[in-house]
Amino acid sequence: MTHQYPALTAEQKKELSDIALRIVAPGKGILAADESVGHMAKRLNQIGVENTEENRRLYRQILFSADSRVKKCIGGVIFFHETMYQKADDGTPFVQMIKDKGIVVGIKVDKGVVPLAGTDGETTTQGLDGLSERCAQYKKDGADFAKWRCVLKISDNTPSALAIMENANVLARYASICQQNGIVPIVEPEILPDGDHDLKRCQYVTEKVLAAVYKALSDHHVYLEGTLLKPNMVTPGHSCPTKYSPEEIAMATVTALRRTVPPAVPGVTFLSGGQSEEEASINLNAINTCPLMRPWALTFSYGRALQASALSAWRGQRDNATAATEEFVKRAEVNGLAALGKYEGSGDDSGAAGQSLYVANHAY
Amino acid sequence: SLGTMGNRLQRINVENTEENRRAFREILFSSDASINQSIGGVILFHETLYQKDSSGKPFPALIKEKGIVVGIKLDKGTAPLAGTNGETTIQGLDGLAERCAQYKKDGVDFGKWRAVLKITSTTPSQLAIQENANTLARYASICQQHGLVPIVEPEILPDGDHDLQRCQYVTEKVLAAVYKALNDHHVYLEGTLLKPNMVTAGHSCPKKYTPQDVAVATVTTLLRTVPAAVPGICFLSGGQSEEEASVNLNAMNQSPLPKPWKLTFSYGRALQASALAAWVGKSENKKAAQEAFRKRAQINSLACRGQYVVSGKADTAATQSLFTASYTY
Repeated sequence: MTHQYPALTAEQKKELSDIALRIVAPGKGILAADESVGHMAKRLNQIGVENTEENRRLYRQILFSADSRVKKCIGGVIFFHETMYQKADDGTPFVQMIKDKGIVVGIKVDKGVVPLAGTDGETTTQGLDGLSERCAQYKKDGADFAKWRCVLKISDNTPSALAIMENANVLARYASICQQNGIVPIVEPEILPDGDHDLKRCQYVTEKVLAAVYKALSDHHVYLEGTLLKPNMVTPGHSCPTKYSPEEIAMATVTALRRTVPPAVPGVTFLSGGQSEEEASINLNAINTCPLMRPWALTFSYGRALQASALSAWRGQRDNATAATEEFVKRAEVNGLAALGKYEGSGDDSGAAGQSLYVANHAY
Repeated sequence: SLGTMGNRLQRINVENTEENRRAFREILFSSDASINQSIGGVILFHETLYQKDSSGKPFPALIKEKGIVVGIKLDKGTAPLAGTNGETTIQGLDGLAERCAQYKKDGVDFGKWRAVLKITSTTPSQLAIQENANTLARYASICQQHGLVPIVEPEILPDGDHDLQRCQYVTEKVLAAVYKALNDHHVYLEGTLLKPNMVTAGHSCPKKYTPQDVAVATVTTLLRTVPAAVPGICFLSGGQSEEEASVNLNAMNQSPLPKPWKLTFSYGRALQASALAAWVGKSENKKAAQEAFRKRAQINSLACRGQYVVSGKADTAATQSLFTASYTY
C-alpha cells in the first residue's frame, strides 16, 4: 500500500467534483426516473396502463416536459438505458430536453441483484462486466453521473458480514470504474424498510453498512469529492409497532451519517424507500432543520415519492398530460424547499400525496 | 516517559532525577489560573500523576482547580512486528480496564495511546496499518467503558525524504483504517479525540512547502477520513519547532476549507522547549520559564482560531527544530 499511483489527474478530479456540486446545488435534488421495464410494469399496472415502450415514452415525456420551474429544484435526472435513446413527440431527444434545462443527466448502470449462496436470502448486485466501455459510451451520449443500487435487509441474522462486505466492495469497484470515465458515481447501499425492527436497530445497521462502504471506497482509491451517496433514511421497519416523529427520524439519520460519511462527500441524496410523497418531503425537511452540524448537502433522489401524484393524474390519457406534469412540478418544488429546510407541510394527507407507497420487499 | 525526559533534560544539562522531573512539571502546573484560557487538558505520565507540588498538593488537584482536564498516557511503548521492515505495534492492553478504573478514581478523565507508523519505500505495510488501527480501537473501547475519553494517536513519523503528496496519501489510508476499526469495535466517536500528525513532507525532503500547503493537504486528508461526529482533532507537533507548529495550526484554521471538527493542538516539545531553555534547572528561573510557557500556550490558543499574527521575530528556542530521528518516546 505504500505508494500512490494516482487514479485521476487534477483535471479529471475537477470535472467530477464540479458535476457532483451542480447536482446537489442548494435547493436541488434528483428525479430518479430510472425504473426498469419490469418495474415500470408495476407502476403502470397500478393505474391500469399497458406496459409498452410507447407508454413508457409518453410517461417520461410528461416528466421531462416540466417547465423552467424545475430548474431551481432538480439538479439531476437518472435515466434507464431505454429512456436515454428515446425522444419527445417533436423528435427532441430526452437527454437534450433535460440538458437544455441545465439539469445533469445520469444513468442507472447496475444489472440487478443476484443471490449470495449460503446466506439467508441476501444478495449482491451485478453489472461490472464491460462497465468501463458502457460508461465511456454513456458519457459520449450525454450522461455525467451514474447510479448503482445495492440491497441489504434487516432480520435476525441479516445483514451478514459477507453481505455487507461484498456489497461495499462491488459499490467501490463500480465507483472506481465510473470515475475513470468522467462519470460521477452515486453510491446506493439501500437497507430495505421491510420488517418490524425499531429505529435504533436501523441506525445501528446503517452505521455498520456505511462504515464498510467508506472503507471500501478508500481501499479502491475512489475520489470522494467526486461521488454522491444515496442511502436510506434511518427509519423503523415498516411493520414496527412504535411510531416515530420526523424529528426522531432526522436525528437518527443525521447522527448515523455524521459517524460514517466523511465531510469530503459533497452530497447525500436520500432514497424514498416506500415512504409516501408527503412523508418523504416532511422527513427531508426535518433532516435539514436538525440541530446537528451537517457538512454535506442533504437532499433527495426520489422516484416514487416524486411521481406518484403525476402517475395518478395521467392514468394513460394524453388529455391529462399537462395536469400530470403540474403534479410533478409541485412535488419537485416541495422537495426543493425541504432540501433547504423551508417546507412547512401541506397539512393535506389525503389523496395520492399521503398514500403509503410501500411495496413489500422492493427488489426493483 | 522517563527516557524521553532524559533527552529533554540532557539538552539543558539537567540531571534526569525524579525530583528534577517533578520540579519542571511543577513549574508548568503552577502557572497562573488564566492558563485555562489556552489549555483545556494536560496529559500526564504515570509517575507525574502521583507527584505533588512543594506545598504537598497533588498535581491532578493543582491542574483541576484551574478547570483543566487531567489525562494519562496509557500505552506501554512499541513492540516489533515480526516479518516487517522494522515496523511496530503498541503494547498496553493487558489489565488496561483495571488501570483505567484506577486512574478515573485518581482524577483522570481522558487517556492517550500512541501508535507509530513510518514511511519508506515499503512501509507502512498493510499489516502495520491494520494492527495499529486495531489496537487503537481496543484501547478506545476499554477507555470508554471506564468513563475515560480516549485520544486516538496514529502518528506517521516525519522521518524520510518523501514529499507532501506521499504523506497525504499514507495519512488518508491510515486514518480510513483507524475509523473503520473504531466502528468495528463499537466506539462512540462523539466521546473520542484524534491526535494525528499534520500532513507534511519528510524531514529530509529537499522540496520546501508553505504553511498553506501543509494546511490544505492536512485539512483535505481529514475531510476525506474523519467523520464529523468526532468533536476535535488535536495535532501532534512531531519535531516541528514551537513556531512552525503554531504557524501551521494557524494556517489550518484560516483555511477556507470546511472544518466540522475543532482543529487544535496537543503539543509536548512545541509547548515546552522555550520553558525548558529558560529554566535550565534553576529554581530562580521559575517565573521566566512560566512566562515562556504561557506565551507559547497563548500563541497556540490564537492559532486555534486562526488569529495568530506571526511577528517574524521568533526567538532561537522557538525556531529550533525539535526533530529527533525516529522518535520513539
